[in-house]
Amino acid sequence: MSNRKKRLFPERAAPLLFAAGAALAALGVWRGEINTLFVKAITVCLECVGLG
Amino acid sequence: MGRRNVIQAVYTAATNGYAVGFVKGRIYRGPLKRICVPGLNCYSCPGALGACPIGALQAVIGSRQYQFSLFIAGFFMMVGAVCGRFVCGYLCPFGLVQDLLHKIPLRRKVRHFPADRALRHVKYGVLGVFVILLPMTLTTFGIGKPWFCQYICPSGTLFAGIPLAITNEAIRAGLGGMFAWKTFVLIALAYLAVIIYRPFCKYLCPLGAVYAVFNKAAFVRMECDEEACSRCGACAKACGMGCKPFSDPNDMECVRCGDCVRACGRGALKVRTAWTARSRSEEDNNATP
Repeated sequence: MSNRKKRLFPERAAPLLFAAGAALAALGVWRGEINTLFVKAITVCLECVGLG
Repeated sequence: MGRRNVIQAVYTAATNGYAVGFVKGRIYRGPLKRICVPGLNCYSCPGALGACPIGALQAVIGSRQYQFSLFIAGFFMMVGAVCGRFVCGYLCPFGLVQDLLHKIPLRRKVRHFPADRALRHVKYGVLGVFVILLPMTLTTFGIGKPWFCQYICPSGTLFAGIPLAITNEAIRAGLGGMFAWKTFVLIALAYLAVIIYRPFCKYLCPLGAVYAVFNKAAFVRMECDEEACSRCGACAKACGMGCKPFSDPNDMECVRCGDCVRACGRGALKVRTAWTARSRSEEDNNATP
């Protein structure tokens, strides 16, 4: 019984988590976060390099 | 190099394949930079074709427009739900570096020490404080700094700072105390990686902290057949991350390297997907009178 309990949560959670993640990511894209990300990603990050 | 190291190397080369960047001391600025890679991969690495999710999270949180990144949170949930810390084991360039450093037979390896388990919690603090809280709250004119990238990230120093310092004269001219600090952090972690298996992943990596949360729920997971398992401990002995796969095959620290699967002489440990694990448990339930 205890083993079944251990297995039940993960079996059902993965698709739900994936769907919720996809919805959140889509919301993020919709409100324009990708542009902020892109601007940062195509500029040399001085903090990452050790100049900041 | 084992099969896993080859996969790690191929993945690292594929996601950091902008060779022109290494030659000319500049970074890739094409449309692929809109896409995050699953592992810790500095977007200022001259070869990087994608964006680092931890860097991207700090960039969005620290921007004027947004307080939090729904896109990156969703990205973490999708990757975590599919494979959890499999990313750490197979798809992280800095994980590969640590794996290779640990193969150096310089001195006796340290597997256990008293503060080990307590120090594992530090990475959650790094995630909460350096990646989320500080970029969100300490702002100048509404813009927060990427605190983790600036003060801790050794991957940025190794894959971005050092190559750019070698090939880009302007960057080389600007190096100072901060670069010295980051180089010190990198050297310290590299030294530790020779004697301790993956110290950065165990104690400091905020991305590992994120994926660890999903390990038990991930689609790809480990499974221990309790009937086949003799609890001999061979799997625990083989595990560099200090897990006990026979009692908790989906431990939050497990990076899915598969060493335990190879070490088990009885074939009790297997990598499974949620669907195969489900059909097995249904078979078990049907067989139970």
